[in-house]
Amino acid sequence: MEEILSVFIQEAREQLTEMENGLLRMEQNDHDPETLNAIFRAAHTIKGGSGVVELGMIEKFTHVVENALDKLRNNEISVSSALVSTLLNCCDHLNALLDIASNDQREADPDTQAKGDALANELRGFLGGAVAPSTAKPLAETAAEVETEGGGKTMNDCWHISVRFGRDVLRNGMDPESILRYLLSLGEIVHITTLADALPGAADMDPESCYLGFEINFRSHADKAAIDKVFDFVRDGCDLHILPPFSKVSDYLDLIAHLPEETMRLGEILVKSGALTQEELDAGLACQQAGAAAAAKAEDGPPPPQLGEILVDRHVVQPEIVEAAVAKQKQVTEKKAEEARLIRVHADKLDHLIDLVGELVIAGASANLLAQKSGQTVLVEATSVLSRLVESIRDSALQLRMVQIGETFNRFNRVVRDTAKELGKEIDLVITGAETELDKSVVEKIGDPLMHLVRNAMDHGLEPTAVRIAKGKPPAGRVELNAFHDSGSIVIEVVDDGAGLPKEKIRAKAIEKGLISETQTLSDQEIANLIFEAGFSTAEKVTNLSGRGVGMDVVRRNIQALRGTVEVHSEENIGSRFIIRLPLTLAIIDGFLVGVEKSSFVIPLEMVVECMELQESSVDRNYLNLRGEVLPFVRLRELFEVASEKPGRENVVVVKAGGRKAGIVVDVLQGEFQTVIKPLGGLFRHLRGISGSTILGSGDVALILDVQALANLAAGAEEHALAATGTRN
Amino acid sequence: MNASASSPAGRLTLEQDMTIYHAEALKAELMGNVEQNQVIELDLSRVAEIDTSGIQLLMLAKRECQKQEKTLRIVAHSPRVHELMDFFNIAGFFGDPLVIPARDSA
Repeated sequence: MEEILSVFIQEAREQLTEMENGLLRMEQNDHDPETLNAIFRAAHTIKGGSGVVELGMIEKFTHVVENALDKLRNNEISVSSALVSTLLNCCDHLNALLDIASNDQREADPDTQAKGDALANELRGFLGGAVAPSTAKPLAETAAEVETEGGGKTMNDCWHISVRFGRDVLRNGMDPESILRYLLSLGEIVHITTLADALPGAADMDPESCYLGFEINFRSHADKAAIDKVFDFVRDGCDLHILPPFSKVSDYLDLIAHLPEETMRLGEILVKSGALTQEELDAGLACQQAGAAAAAKAEDGPPPPQLGEILVDRHVVQPEIVEAAVAKQKQVTEKKAEEARLIRVHADKLDHLIDLVGELVIAGASANLLAQKSGQTVLVEATSVLSRLVESIRDSALQLRMVQIGETFNRFNRVVRDTAKELGKEIDLVITGAETELDKSVVEKIGDPLMHLVRNAMDHGLEPTAVRIAKGKPPAGRVELNAFHDSGSIVIEVVDDGAGLPKEKIRAKAIEKGLISETQTLSDQEIANLIFEAGFSTAEKVTNLSGRGVGMDVVRRNIQALRGTVEVHSEENIGSRFIIRLPLTLAIIDGFLVGVEKSSFVIPLEMVVECMELQESSVDRNYLNLRGEVLPFVRLRELFEVASEKPGRENVVVVKAGGRKAGIVVDVLQGEFQTVIKPLGGLFRHLRGISGSTILGSGDVALILDVQALANLAAGAEEHALAATGTRN
Repeated sequence: MNASASSPAGRLTLEQDMTIYHAEALKAELMGNVEQNQVIELDLSRVAEIDTSGIQLLMLAKRECQKQEKTLRIVAHSPRVHELMDFFNIAGFFGDPLVIPARDSA
């Protein structure tokens, strides 16, 4: 595929996302004209781009969309849910067209084509039928919306072209009509006025001369030179004025002064074509006349003040108009500047960089070790400086891959909206923590599991509106998406205020499926989490039974593949909260190196709370008293069956994972260590308590502990032991 | 000229292309008609081609009529005339009802 095409497709998709978000905001009663403008700009950019890469199918379709948006912007039609739906469908269709284009096809297949036509017709329906009942907007409001006011219209984005063709243009074989038609290739003629004022009396009129002039309001992305070029062939004797978009009112008045026709008539035309408002014009002209009269009286006096100045002085030109125009221009330039600061880099290059940094970290650790052994202080110092730099490089390299999760979250606006319509439920989506950053590859892979959870929450979690009202809940269901950082991992929550999980049914089902035995005592928490078990969710019956659980094991598997965990907290009639915990990055972490006998283990440093010596008194139990708090612990020596004698002194590393604390008992504490995570082979996939491996400076392999699993293990073991003693008593 | 001013109200049916090539003759034709009649009805339904010069002549005729307090009505437009008038946005200048032609009438 041509490079320009792929760039266009990528950009168009971004613009589409922007459009979609804007439309959704608009539907939620966001009347900010800027939102509409943003949507319009996005559509316009797509149209312009598709023209450049010669994708006629996209250009044509976007043109229709743009027309509709333009009418919206001019308050000619009003926003309605149906219109937004259609526009959203148009976005989808554009996406489909982009898919086709990315397959290097230029034309849509008949099916897609028919769909596009249908959509276009649907849109046209909105345009023709609904001449907005002006939404009964109070006048004051219109006055406040400076941008949509008459004078602002052209200030927004229209060129004004004023042309008086030369007398000989027809004789030279040029027809103004074809020139103007050619202009259409650059943009859209919003309004045209044909002026025949220069026509002399019948007797003097030479039918082969051209006397006509045109005032054209022209919307285009082209620059002035390009527009100017259109008139190249007819330049002789041609009087051409081109006013760029955002021109000041005074520029228009200057234009009026320069044109041969009578001032008042020209003024009218400008007003009609939407370039100026009547008041601006009247006041401007009155001042001009007064100024001229004054100047005539005192001929030696100072020259009459400039029109623009008068206008501003008299507050005829609302300074806001100018300000708005300036602000907008500034915004555009700022946006451009920001774009210029961004560069697109192929993700593979970044991955390669991270790999290299990983190797660098290992090599650095090795150098560090050798320096320590050599005992040369200068060398030690040099390597420590080096390792500090390596650390910084590592951090910035990883930072490069960090993206905000907001983009992923925002996709759900659309999903929730569509699903809500489909299900006939009222659903509000609340997003918090959209700015939370996490690794790009994680973001990419978390989309599907999240989608599954959100769909489930809407479909099965939230009750139908009638049931909600009966239960005394607000009629609109609420789905929350939260993201935040928590001790070295990122937490993503999907929360609904629906019915919650029916624990008894789940328990019954689990027993039936043989997942648990009938006598097993399980905490509510454990029962709820049974829905993630493989085999729980295979039969369709599950949907009837629990209403949840379809494919939940797949969700868990996907999340576990990211070294993450998922759990659910649920209370009947109050709602459910799915908590996904993910590591911040997949590549390199700050580790805490510990040793048992000769083996080394790495604990992610973010999870380490404190370290202390294991007191003899607590050796026979698997928990200890941490300042009055019960702290369950696991002994690595026992867990991994390291066959050797206990050393005289053992240490406890207190870790915190998933909101619970646990202790890990080890022999020695070896300190901080930058850990490059090497994934374990498929053989070890089911190994609990180990999440990866790394290579030490010495070349030895150290295992990275899965703290979350260990903490659960420790807590679980204690709970079970307690439960066992409890039942015995 | 194939134009005929037969009908009593000064009805003029133009059948030739209203282009620069016939501009001179057309002007004479139109102006002659304006001079002779108080009310002129122009039938342009058979004008296959029209260009800017043709439009210009129509505008001239209309203005002359206004000056002399006569009436000029364009009673029928060919699709091409209609289209160009639309493009130049001068239908309002003539003030005649534009009959939107059925698609196959061309």
